[in-house]
Amino acid sequence: MVPLDHVIGLSAVLFTIGVVGVATRRNLIVMLMSIELMLNAVNLAFIGFNRMWPGEPGAIALDGQVFVLMVIAVAAAEVAVGLGIVISMFRNRDSVDVEVVSLLRW
Amino acid sequence: MLIGVIVKSLFILIVMVAGLAPVITWIERKQSAVMQDRIGANRADVGGITLLGLMHPLADVFKLLSKEDVVPTGANRIMHLISPVIAAVPAVIAFAVVPFGGVYTLGGEEFSLVAANPDWGLLYIFAIGSIAMYGTVMAGWSSNNNWSLLGGLRASAQMISYEVTMGLSVVGIFMVFSTLQLQDMVVAQDDTFRVFGFLEVLFGLSVPAWLDFVRLPAWGVFYQPLGFVLFLTTIMAENKRPPFDTPEGESEIIAGYHLEYSGMRFGLFFMAEFIEVLVIAALMTTIFLGGWSVPWLTTETIIGGIAGVFGEGFATGICIILHFLSFMLKVVFMIWLQMALRWTLPRFRYDQVMDLCWKIILPLSIANVFVTGGIILLAGGTS
Amino acid sequence: MTVPAVLFYAFAALAVLSAIGMVVQVRNTVASAMSLVITMVALAGIYVLLEAHLVAVIQIMVYGGAIVVLFLFVVMLLNLRSDDFGPARQRLVRLAAAAIGVFALTWMLRLFSGLPEAPPLPEGFGGYREVGIALYTDYVLLVEVASLLLTAAIVGALILAKRKID
Repeated sequence: MVPLDHVIGLSAVLFTIGVVGVATRRNLIVMLMSIELMLNAVNLAFIGFNRMWPGEPGAIALDGQVFVLMVIAVAAAEVAVGLGIVISMFRNRDSVDVEVVSLLRW
Repeated sequence: MLIGVIVKSLFILIVMVAGLAPVITWIERKQSAVMQDRIGANRADVGGITLLGLMHPLADVFKLLSKEDVVPTGANRIMHLISPVIAAVPAVIAFAVVPFGGVYTLGGEEFSLVAANPDWGLLYIFAIGSIAMYGTVMAGWSSNNNWSLLGGLRASAQMISYEVTMGLSVVGIFMVFSTLQLQDMVVAQDDTFRVFGFLEVLFGLSVPAWLDFVRLPAWGVFYQPLGFVLFLTTIMAENKRPPFDTPEGESEIIAGYHLEYSGMRFGLFFMAEFIEVLVIAALMTTIFLGGWSVPWLTTETIIGGIAGVFGEGFATGICIILHFLSFMLKVVFMIWLQMALRWTLPRFRYDQVMDLCWKIILPLSIANVFVTGGIILLAGGTS
Repeated sequence: MTVPAVLFYAFAALAVLSAIGMVVQVRNTVASAMSLVITMVALAGIYVLLEAHLVAVIQIMVYGGAIVVLFLFVVMLLNLRSDDFGPARQRLVRLAAAAIGVFALTWMLRLFSGLPEAPPLPEGFGGYREVGIALYTDYVLLVEVASLLLTAAIVGALILAKRKID
């Protein structure tokens, strides 16, 4: 078994890659995909911690895995609505570039 | 143990994929010919021996290998190259959890004729089905062709929708057998049950003992007839098998997602479709038709009956052969059924396919889950 | 180096490489989506190594098999081809990458600090039975709220993506 630090380190690396993706890409769809990557990094951290504290036989603690299932459900809902927004944006502006929908910028 | 897994995987690859899939192409040609009152393809021969058209798969291989390999201009070359591989590999690795024989004890140690028996065996099939979607979608997108794009779009929507209903249709079977491991499911079907038992369970009547000899094999299809029909429909739609082959609609969008493929890459898509026919047949057999079990003859009966005369090792060998033959017979029956459905029903229109999934099959499968749950609750545990 | 440790590092390297591939793929959105799928499947492999079997299979089925296909579906529907880095963003890119790189490096320096060894597992940990029992006894409220959330998301996505009816 790998030490917990390596699992959390991997989670941190994936999270930072996701943040770089959201901060630097202009394509709205790729920004949504980077958000999914960040959610996955958080899931990995949950599962890693759950492995280190699994509870006693007879009182199994599966909280981390239940949280991960909820995060997956929330991510699915968010992707559906987010892509609906992308489609309406494309219908109005004919582009998925976030620089185009910048009317409210300072 | 590792040697066992390698031997079983080689067996699957050689016997099932390389051996049976070409035979299925022959079955398709001959069965469609017989159903349509014509002779079918029987001209390919090797030195004058035609073997009723069994040489045609061999001729197909040579023809496809010698064709020119075309990648359309403007197409994404890497994706175009790897899409057939992504479409074919999940079809082959779905066999990893299909049991070909039972659990036998030989010389004190137990061995089980399935390549892998994880705790969540049935969920593995659904996960593999999800990955198989990408070959089609990538093939449709990367060909830089409007017809392929339409085929890829239709395929992705259809395959996602039918995966949901595919999962729901087997929840009933899961509740009846209480396990997701395919080998355990078949072992549970290796038994018989009293036909009139349901009178006792549901209505509280007492069944006279002389009716107890009327027994049926405890197959999934007898426990879940609606589940059988629903799962057959959804898995045929998931694998884009006619009458659900709108992504590949030959009369509407030419050839859909594998339009721009020629030579052996088309051969790989073609072979993937027939391996999927085999996967459908193997899965239906395992879950609903009792897998490798011989109806009315349980494993103990066979081994016990022969061991008295011939000895334990020989009895186990005969049992293995009988079980494998039974499995193959049921698989051939399911292949025949799929071919008969293909050549009888016309292709659905695309909106009819989507309607069928969300408006008819989804409510029916949820109702199936409720009814099954109700009956299990009344019976007080698994019936 | 036991086999699970080697597998973990292999999957971790694959996940990081394909995540970087997803972010830097500028010309081709579909290639970004494919790299995301590889990351998801690699993470599912790591979940199996961490004894979370049901979550791993659900990750492949839901994330790899439905969410990314939804992304691909939208890309194909809108027939998007490529996008650019605008010139004004380049400096921000370098700043962001540098700052976050420093953060990741300082985090990774903790890798040699050591934590207690993994405790032995109770029977059935991470299998579908135990997760199912936990979901439907302790966390049944979460399941119901999640179903409400998914219903709201379905209705919302339908309304947002519908064509105008006139």
